[in-house]
Amino acid sequence: MFFPTSHPWADGETLGEHLQQRGVDRREFLTFCGEIGAILGLSSLLTPKIAKALTQVQRPSVIWLQLQECTGCVESVLRTSEPTIGDLVLDLVSLDYQHTLMAAAGDAAEGALHDAIEKNRGSYVLLVTGSIPMNEGGIYTMIAGRTVKSILEEVAADAAAVIAVGACAHWGSVQAARPNPTGAVGVSSIVKDKPVVNIAGCPPIGDTVTATVVHFLTFGRVPALDYDGRPTFAYGKRIHDQCPRRAHFDAGQYTQVFDDEAARKGWCLYQVGCKGPACFSPCPIFQWNTRTSWPIGAGHPCIGCTERHFWDTMTPFYKRLPAVAGFGVERTADTIGAALAVGAAAGVATHAVATSIHRARHRKLPVAGQGQAPPAEPGPGAAPPSGKEE
Amino acid sequence: MARQKVVVDPITRIEGHLRIEVQAEDGRIADAWASSTQFRGIEIILQGRDPRDCWAFTQRICGVCTTVHALASCRAVEDALDITIPPNAQLIRNLVHSMQTVQDHVIHFYHLHALDWVDVVSALSADPAGTAAIAKAISPWPNNSETHFREVQDRVQAFVASGQLGIFTNGYWGHPAYKLPPEVNLLAVAHYLEALDWQRDVIRLHAVFGGKNPHPNFLVGGMASAINVEGTATINAERITDLYGMIRRARRFVEQVYWPDLVAIAGFYKEWGAIGGGVPNYMAVGEWPEGGTYRDVDSLYFPRGIILDNDLSTIHPYDQQKVEEYITSSWYEYEGGDEVGLHPWEGETVPNYTGPEPPWTFLQDHDKYTWMKSPRYEGLPMQVGPLPRMLVAYVSGHEDVQALVNEALGKLEVGPEALLSTLGRTAARGIETVLLAARQEKWMDDLVARIRGGDVSTFSQEKWDPSTWPSSAQGYGYLDAARGALGHWVQIENGAVSRYQCVVPSTWNCSPRDAQGQNGPYEAALMDNHPLAIPEQPLEILRTIHSFDPCMACGVHVLDANGDPITEVKVR
Repeated sequence: MFFPTSHPWADGETLGEHLQQRGVDRREFLTFCGEIGAILGLSSLLTPKIAKALTQVQRPSVIWLQLQECTGCVESVLRTSEPTIGDLVLDLVSLDYQHTLMAAAGDAAEGALHDAIEKNRGSYVLLVTGSIPMNEGGIYTMIAGRTVKSILEEVAADAAAVIAVGACAHWGSVQAARPNPTGAVGVSSIVKDKPVVNIAGCPPIGDTVTATVVHFLTFGRVPALDYDGRPTFAYGKRIHDQCPRRAHFDAGQYTQVFDDEAARKGWCLYQVGCKGPACFSPCPIFQWNTRTSWPIGAGHPCIGCTERHFWDTMTPFYKRLPAVAGFGVERTADTIGAALAVGAAAGVATHAVATSIHRARHRKLPVAGQGQAPPAEPGPGAAPPSGKEE
Repeated sequence: MARQKVVVDPITRIEGHLRIEVQAEDGRIADAWASSTQFRGIEIILQGRDPRDCWAFTQRICGVCTTVHALASCRAVEDALDITIPPNAQLIRNLVHSMQTVQDHVIHFYHLHALDWVDVVSALSADPAGTAAIAKAISPWPNNSETHFREVQDRVQAFVASGQLGIFTNGYWGHPAYKLPPEVNLLAVAHYLEALDWQRDVIRLHAVFGGKNPHPNFLVGGMASAINVEGTATINAERITDLYGMIRRARRFVEQVYWPDLVAIAGFYKEWGAIGGGVPNYMAVGEWPEGGTYRDVDSLYFPRGIILDNDLSTIHPYDQQKVEEYITSSWYEYEGGDEVGLHPWEGETVPNYTGPEPPWTFLQDHDKYTWMKSPRYEGLPMQVGPLPRMLVAYVSGHEDVQALVNEALGKLEVGPEALLSTLGRTAARGIETVLLAARQEKWMDDLVARIRGGDVSTFSQEKWDPSTWPSSAQGYGYLDAARGALGHWVQIENGAVSRYQCVVPSTWNCSPRDAQGQNGPYEAALMDNHPLAIPEQPLEILRTIHSFDPCMACGVHVLDANGDPITEVKVR
């Protein structure tokens, strides 16, 4: 998937010409664009626009920095979607620096990074996984004798777009959980002079990452974002409102303890701690691993991993959320509808995603008494961490 | 002859941040330093948490070895709370963990390790018909046709011609240490691409049982994926059919692609059977409980034990009480001084960074040079991972392992001593993968047989409610993970974690010098008959380091002895 096509990219050749060289006909290409559009939550009316954009761009340089992290987000991107489509998506870019896969090491690797920056100043896309440890001058993560903070600052300076992939790059994730020993923060705490797209999740679904890159290439700008920098095409709706088990919630049909009769009937997991009512995520729609399943689909409650500080605000994971007003399809629709009025979509995709429900700008707003209310009793980690976040 | 300082940082194609420094002399490596340059402190974060949440936190120690920390954590908490999981859950965990191991080993071979042995550029001059002839002689894999190899070669040709080399930029192509004929290079490149598709498919097993990969969901007391063959959102006939498909495709690829490729490539690099041995001690805690729990040594498919001083005639019993950790060369300090070793239960971790202020150039001039501690067993460094597991099984008389090891040694025309090397570590990983890929079918059959017999239980409910727990409890969980012996220790007070400790494979392998000056396995291997032809192109270093399959995020952990958060960090 990170590999070449069977025909060289000539200087100045567009993707459209290139695909023609490869023997991809117009109909196949439009099908591909339609699928990408579906992932992005765009109307099929926009398919020709995506196609037009993709046929005009050339392979941009992508630099992928891996900072304080576990590499799970890289693995997630390796699992992306269908093979042939995956090939095409990743064929859109030239992945010039990526530790997990690149052949070179040491000085040769760092040379590749600096060459990519020099040749593509102002036009490369920067993907970042991992957080930035700020305590003690940054000595908790160093590469080639430098702190990752200084590396991020240098590489971000000339990037056309900065995409923070995963919870660590988003806000620090597990190492930023209380008491945040290394002072881990997300990319947006360091990069202040340009918008940072946050692909939330621990890890995020790989397809969300590739779709965001395609969005950038298609529309020449990052996708519409919610209050926390997350693309609305993926994070615009609560899991609870897209959940195939929602009817059981409304009907009061709950799993009371794992593996009970209700669990074996596939009933709602709210009582065993599901954070779906407080979590904005594409999991129920995109699903995981080429749409094989997703956490709730496999019987485990959502742990809320696309939300900032979830290691502290969503734990204990098996304690049920307080005061989620239930049994109210109508009420939910009303309140969400009110919240929608507050939401703001920006950019070229606005009209296309207008049917998506946008989250209110205020953290606790989406649905009064539902949404983001913190656990009733302050558990071990109920308070937000006292680390040096922002 | 003056020694030359050589630095390789970052070591790429691994998990995490690893730095290797060596001193080279006359084309050999005279001295070596392995340094981990990332620290996160996850064990501190666990204090005060609900023990049932720990699997999720510890799973995030590593996304490449996803599942293994979650499983070790569940075992530790279940041990502390005296929970016995249902047999179905044990089988499901075996399947999840084994598919992780199988997939991880194949990815390691093709995507992390192969480019140390395979020259991608050389594949351009291959005759695809020759590649097909070689491939057909060693495997019935249906894609091994001239047409397919020609197509791959065209793609590589196009890629190189484009001038945009992406992840292949600045590779050491043309290095004299590359020995494969162009036709074999093309074979490996073709399978590099096929393996990318394969890994994405077979790991879907995690999504079926755990909802996603990476980081599938586990559950203290069993697994959350309920079984109901008549249900719609449960393990049912459709899911079982899908699982069998993945398990069979996993096995087929391992037997018809990975293993034949490994043996074929190894045949061109036999001299690496005498390079990079290093530490002569091997430790396996055993894995794959069948019919019992992991505590029941007799129920384990791969046995537990220790081999000392390269003596392949004796297996010593493993005793966790004999583990100690040193920080003589690590950026920590002990209250009793930097020369003592402490058992994990008495362990102290006070970070004390004494390295140079960044940016810096060398670490080897400093007594302390890494965030990795030095675990020792009875004072000795130990190798952990597939090679120790296969050696312990081989010496223990494990029939499946002996048969496959002997087959490999016979094909390569080398003796068992060749296993104690860089090449041996890579070969042992393949042997283990073949055995596990086949064993998965048995575990799946066993699971289906139990369901057919009416047992659909996947979870033990009795100890789920914290009100059933004792006010004070402690336990530990062992696991032989893809990269080696892993242990989690947990103490629980009044329903919350009071202390948590992990001792991790890459800590054993990447450990620095201890108080006695003994090098850890990475360092010792680099100093054992080890070439380095062109210091500016450290290909040989990558071969030996990658043979361990490093995972740095796993290796560095921290816990204060009193369960207190770290409050003071000194920076000189």
